[in-house]
Amino acid sequence: MSTTSDAYLRQDADAAAGMAKITAGDVNVHYGDKHALKGINLAIRANEVTALIGPSGCGKSTFLRCINRMNDLIEGARVTGLITLDRQDIYDRELDVVQLRARVGMVFQKPNPFPKSIYDNVAYGPRLHGLAHSTADLEEIVVTSLERAGLYDEVKDRLDEPGTGLSGGQQQRLCIARAIAVSPEVILMDEPCSALDPIATAKVEELIDELRENFTIVIVTHSMQQAARVSQRTAFFHLGELVEVGDTEQIFTNPQHKLTQGYITGRFG
Amino acid sequence: MRSSANADRVAARLRRRYAAEKRFRAYGVAAIIIALGFLTVLLASIIADGYTAFVQTEVRLSLDLDPSVIDPSGKRDRADLSSADYAAVVHNALLARFPEASDRAARRRLFRLISQGADLEVRKLVLADPSIIGSRREMWLPMAASVDQLIKGNMARAPEKGGQFSERELAWIDALQADGSLKTRFNKWLFTGGDSRQPELAGLWGAVVGSFYSLLVTLALSFPLGVATAVYLEEFASRNRWTDLIEVNINNLAAVPSIVFGLLGLEIFLNVFELPRSSPLVGGLVLTLVSLPTIIIAARVSLKAVPPWIREAALGLGASRLQMVTHHVLPLAMPGILTGTIIGMARAIGETAPLLMIGMVAFIVDVPATPLDPATALPVQVYLWAASPERAFIERTSAAILVLLCFLAAMNATAIYLRKHFERRW
Repeated sequence: MSTTSDAYLRQDADAAAGMAKITAGDVNVHYGDKHALKGINLAIRANEVTALIGPSGCGKSTFLRCINRMNDLIEGARVTGLITLDRQDIYDRELDVVQLRARVGMVFQKPNPFPKSIYDNVAYGPRLHGLAHSTADLEEIVVTSLERAGLYDEVKDRLDEPGTGLSGGQQQRLCIARAIAVSPEVILMDEPCSALDPIATAKVEELIDELRENFTIVIVTHSMQQAARVSQRTAFFHLGELVEVGDTEQIFTNPQHKLTQGYITGRFG
Repeated sequence: MRSSANADRVAARLRRRYAAEKRFRAYGVAAIIIALGFLTVLLASIIADGYTAFVQTEVRLSLDLDPSVIDPSGKRDRADLSSADYAAVVHNALLARFPEASDRAARRRLFRLISQGADLEVRKLVLADPSIIGSRREMWLPMAASVDQLIKGNMARAPEKGGQFSERELAWIDALQADGSLKTRFNKWLFTGGDSRQPELAGLWGAVVGSFYSLLVTLALSFPLGVATAVYLEEFASRNRWTDLIEVNINNLAAVPSIVFGLLGLEIFLNVFELPRSSPLVGGLVLTLVSLPTIIIAARVSLKAVPPWIREAALGLGASRLQMVTHHVLPLAMPGILTGTIIGMARAIGETAPLLMIGMVAFIVDVPATPLDPATALPVQVYLWAASPERAFIERTSAAILVLLCFLAAMNATAIYLRKHFERRW
């Protein structure tokens, strides 16, 4: 296995330089008969925001869900190839998927707080993994997470009110707080702003930029402007293939591929 | 010109559309009115037939608790006291009231007016406090069912119209009624007694307790089994030919006539496992078979109704599947599962046919003390009384139906309350 994985790794200069947090080597995903992802090779650097863009159905969400193995839940989904997190194969039989998901958090398209209190929403992950040794500990984790998600000042007086009672933007930031409460290394975001208004979007984008300092972030987005604003690296997917990947600035100003150029200038997509 | 013609056509179409909408509403309202009408007629006829069963004609007698009759030995021995001739005490009181009934035939006719169970009431009183022996007591004792029916107007006085009493008996009854010694009072036997051949002593309590034990067994088995099955099929099992087969068969089982489950219970529980016949335990086991498919289907529907992103959120945080189910999915699905369970229980409490097959249709006088004692159930009691020839059992049948309906209404109200109370919005 190691020789093949090295071969994959060599395909990406960053991976070879050891800067990659996550690498994907020849990743293929089938949903039943449908070949959803075709031979993806991609390296994702630590403490950067990597944006995955592309038209609907291009496989960017599928790729995102490979990284924390959420595809396992879809009946008939088959993933081949190699994905590593810190050079460790995440599809290894030995690897515990629960541990993987504690290291790789996820924020979904639609804000999905549990129908519990704000406090319990954030405290759920730490309780699950036994991260807090005392109630005071737990409270500190909750408060810090809410602060880092930029939500604490808005909700500090009503932590015991249901999370579902917040506005859409607040709910999404609550979900981000819930994800970072587990102290993951990577946060996957699947179109986190698509259900939010522009003001809430701006807040979440600002937050993403701050979170970069401590987390590696992979974000799927339909908004090119968003990708340009928040990400350092951008990968363009089309029909299940990775067409082009590079620094965001380069992708948006000087795309190498005709398809990329067409997409970012709005000619299709 | 052209555009105005177009506008007319549009207006005409609109009118037709509104007319169709009004018609559709009218159909709906008519359907509801017809359904409510049938329900009203049904309830009204049952109540009209049955309300009189909640009272019972009783007679006030002055009893002479003569020690020479009750306890000739004078030892106040409990065994002696419980087998004493209390009927004689009652008869003496009647004779004292009507001394003119001196010959044998007249006495028999007089004694026929009072319930054959009247002496049991006296015995109960004496056994509770033997020190009253030797004193005089006024007591209300049940009259025979025929007198009861006469007083309630269910039976004609005149023999040619179906009346069972002679002039002389009618005179006695009138005399009692005239001095206020004959009254309809709350029918306590209906709610405290077991079944009886004497309609005035027949009660529902044995059937209520039998139904209660049966349902307890049913609930204890079908709720955990049903929820576990639904959770496994919905949250853990992968979809393949086997799970499809199981699903189809569960749906088929829900449609199997319940008497078939009764036959199965007869063969398996009684003949193979040799569990006690006529017992609520076996009744509950059979009713578990009947209600299990309903509960599984209801629980699966409620689990399906939990939005998938709740599961994703939990799994995304690193919850295991079991944690996802117990922390999030089950609590959210619980109101629906409870509602389905109560509806399944309501079906079970009204189920008669399978209980006939396992012998819960026997004539049982004693109130069951444990789920292993022979018992009957409420709907079976209705069936038994409906088949009894005595006039007095007609009103008791309706009364039993009313009691059963009250239980059903209470259970359904609980289901609605649970749904409203625990319903969550997201």
